[in-house]
Amino acid sequence: MEEVLEILRELHPEVDYETCETLIDDKIIDSFDIVTLISDLSDEFDITIPVEEIKPENFNSAKALYAMIERLLEDE
Amino acid sequence: MLFTSYEFLLFLIVVITAYYSVRKKHQWILLLAASYIFYAIAGPTYLFYIIATTLSTYIASYKINALQEKQSIYIKENKGSLSREERKEYKAIMKKKQRTWLVRCLLFNFGILAVLKYTDFAIANVNSLFSLFGRNKELPFLRFALPLGISFYTFQTMGYIIDVYREKYSYERNVFRLALFISFFPQLIQGPISRFDDLKKTLFEEHSFDAREISFGLQRILWGYFKKLVIADRLLVAVNTIIGSPKEYQGVYVLIGMLFYAIELYCDFTGGIDIVIGIAQVLGIQLEENFIRPYFSKSITEYWRRWHITLGTWFKDYMFYPISVSKPMLDLSKKCRKWFGNGIGKRIPVYIASIIVWFTTGIWHGAAWNFIVWGLLNCLVILISQECSPLYLKFHERFDVADKGWYRLFQIGRTFWLMSFLRTFDCYRDVGTTFRMYATIVTKPNYLELFRGGLMHLGLTPADYIVLILSVTLILIVSLLQRSGSVREKLAARPIWLRYTAYFAIFLAVLLLGAYGVGYDASQFIYSQF
Amino acid sequence: MKKKILINGAVFCVAIIILGFLQRLLMPKYMYAIPEGNLIEEYYDEVKNHEVIFIGDCEVFSNISPVTLWENYGITSYIRGSAQQLIWQSYYLLEETLKYEKPDVVVYNVLAMKYNEPQKEAYNRLTLDGMKLSKSKIGAIKASMMEEEDLITYLFPLLRYHSRWSELIAEDFQYILKKDTLSHNGYLMRVDTKPVNVIPKGKKLPSYQFGSNSYNYLDKITKLCKENDIKLILIKSPSVYPYWYEEWDEQIVTYAKENDLTYINFLDVADEIGIDYQADTFDGGLHLNLSGAEKFSRYFGKILSETYGVPDQRTNPETKKIWDEKVKFYYDMKADQEREMAEYGYLKSYGAQAQQLEE
Repeated sequence: MEEVLEILRELHPEVDYETCETLIDDKIIDSFDIVTLISDLSDEFDITIPVEEIKPENFNSAKALYAMIERLLEDE
Repeated sequence: MLFTSYEFLLFLIVVITAYYSVRKKHQWILLLAASYIFYAIAGPTYLFYIIATTLSTYIASYKINALQEKQSIYIKENKGSLSREERKEYKAIMKKKQRTWLVRCLLFNFGILAVLKYTDFAIANVNSLFSLFGRNKELPFLRFALPLGISFYTFQTMGYIIDVYREKYSYERNVFRLALFISFFPQLIQGPISRFDDLKKTLFEEHSFDAREISFGLQRILWGYFKKLVIADRLLVAVNTIIGSPKEYQGVYVLIGMLFYAIELYCDFTGGIDIVIGIAQVLGIQLEENFIRPYFSKSITEYWRRWHITLGTWFKDYMFYPISVSKPMLDLSKKCRKWFGNGIGKRIPVYIASIIVWFTTGIWHGAAWNFIVWGLLNCLVILISQECSPLYLKFHERFDVADKGWYRLFQIGRTFWLMSFLRTFDCYRDVGTTFRMYATIVTKPNYLELFRGGLMHLGLTPADYIVLILSVTLILIVSLLQRSGSVREKLAARPIWLRYTAYFAIFLAVLLLGAYGVGYDASQFIYSQF
Repeated sequence: MKKKILINGAVFCVAIIILGFLQRLLMPKYMYAIPEGNLIEEYYDEVKNHEVIFIGDCEVFSNISPVTLWENYGITSYIRGSAQQLIWQSYYLLEETLKYEKPDVVVYNVLAMKYNEPQKEAYNRLTLDGMKLSKSKIGAIKASMMEEEDLITYLFPLLRYHSRWSELIAEDFQYILKKDTLSHNGYLMRVDTKPVNVIPKGKKLPSYQFGSNSYNYLDKITKLCKENDIKLILIKSPSVYPYWYEEWDEQIVTYAKENDLTYINFLDVADEIGIDYQADTFDGGLHLNLSGAEKFSRYFGKILSETYGVPDQRTNPETKKIWDEKVKFYYDMKADQEREMAEYGYLKSYGAQAQQLEE
């Protein structure tokens, strides 16, 4: 979880990721950020995040992101 | 059958009456029949293309679904006996088979679109290449007739098949229901480009007569006609005068043309979409919004999130992401980070994907270089502002203006004029002319002509200008009101006499001030050519 | 619920009334500038028992004077003429007229045979807008529409004239409820004179054959008259423009022979009628002026009376009463036009612009 937060903070240091649950809905991260995120997360956790996983419910909060990563790790 | 023709209004009345007269479970069948009749009236041969798209997509979705089901049964049955690697391998094989069907479907349907829309563009370019190398052999143009709305329904349908492949939702088992999703007549001509899971919630449902929904729908239709007939079609005359003779109308007229075209295009396109969404609402069907007051945007990225939204999200979901997070791109990104450092390396995949998307967006709008240049310039502006964002941050740290009203107005004005400049490529339909016209803004200082009656030579009378000023002001007021919620809801809460006066006033405005009938050219909605 | 229906009903009625009012306001009134536009609707106010009905274009409504026919022969007649009336319009106007009355004789001026297709939206309007809604009107509209026209704009002319709001003039308000009668049983009087300078030669045409559509409607007119036991007379009025070709004349002669009709080309007998093209036209030969029209009417009336036995109605006191008024209106207008000529040198308030635009 901490790694995810770290990567997120690198994008927008000013956001409080531990509580924010509307990263997509409130347009805090845009499509460019999402691509950067995916690239960083795949490196960090050595997973492939397929394009169908790019949906608001997976990217709206740090928690959701982490849940997605865990699920993908499971599937590997 | 144009939206602004009497025939279409008659068609609409018949369809709506029938829709609420037949048994509710047959409503969607009636819509399918109406849609095919609508399409057949536009051109009987077009039916062939839309049926080909429907059937090919149905077959591909059926095959993909069969493979998906087979896979889940196999995995379930062999849950205990399969090792993790075996399971992964099996999944990969099955995915590959699904992908084969997906690719076939995409190639076939985008193939139709490409051949019909882009063959002549390709031929023109080959011809100019020939002449460049001194060969005077000219290939003849093929001049295919472009089926009505093909760019819209092809995109909508391909979004569907990709979603089925991605297991976002299950495929539609009833080919006729799929056919309705592809051909639903209000949105066939100019969108919005719907997603199947959104649209199916209301498209196939049973709808009872709901006076409030129908009233709201009719109001929206009326509002659409107001924008289209009173403003857009009136301004069309002046815009055509200006872009029709670039030799005569230069300097300040180019700016006037930009302003007029911005208003015309907005009123034409959003007016058309209002009619589309309004018709759907009268039928109890909910379509997604395609515009959210785009001219109030403070940056180009924001503008593109608020203008032609369904096209933008289509490109994002089905093109931008797949390219930018694809394996080769991520590998490239890794390499680039090694070579150029973290900052640039990270952005390279995004930039490459952006350029591809904007190139495609340009060519989607029309098979010509001016559209491609227009698309790429949009991309350039977005990437530049992305690169400059650290500078902006610094600026805002130093000067506390971001929340000031005047600064926001400045941002809105800047975005509006920037977009208007870019849109000029769409006007002149020629890259060279557009740049030459840009130049005349500086080189031809004829700004005083405006005060010497210059506006009176554009084909509009003083009465026309009064109508335009009043109606654009009305649009502006309504847009401002819209920010805090639906204007129709607000109006519904008002006393009855005020409500009815407002409806009747708009109706009269369309009837009396609309630029229709003898004396005005029946112009197509600008977006139905695409 | 009941209250709601009541309110909606009331609102609907008010809306319809406002729309009706707007439609009347925005429709052209044709009181001064283009009086031809008023001709068709003036018929409905008439007492309808005419012995002779004229149908056709400006060559009937400018050249024939029913009051002259009355004064000299006691013939009661009405001209259902209109600017560039095309033959299918003549047919439907005749069909409509026959619903109101049965004349002894119908006279059709054959110039419009040269038009096989609808010509111009503006002229369609001058003829059709004045017609009362009827099956004949719908038929006339359908036969007359240009490609870009819509039937509904004839049924609800507001859709056609909606943009006139910026061009409204005083007469649009003044005549919103009641319009004046401008013609004398369909005759538009002009006392001014503009001599014929040169008698033009017809330009060579690629084909002189009348179109099949024209013939089709001529057949229909013939049939309609036969069915109603009406004598049909084909005429060519003595106007020198537009040019009447020998080839056209031959076709009408043949047609009349085949169908057992009378055809009279009055151009050939202009001298006998006594028409002086220096004095008897107001626009250089297109249309006769009052003096020309009276000469022509006296000549034609004699034929109608003697050859066709159209009876003299002057002994009928009721009819006479009606026509006495018409005669008075006729001479009042003549005097007024002569006054305007003396005062201004031209007819200030009796313009006939559409006629001049025609060629």
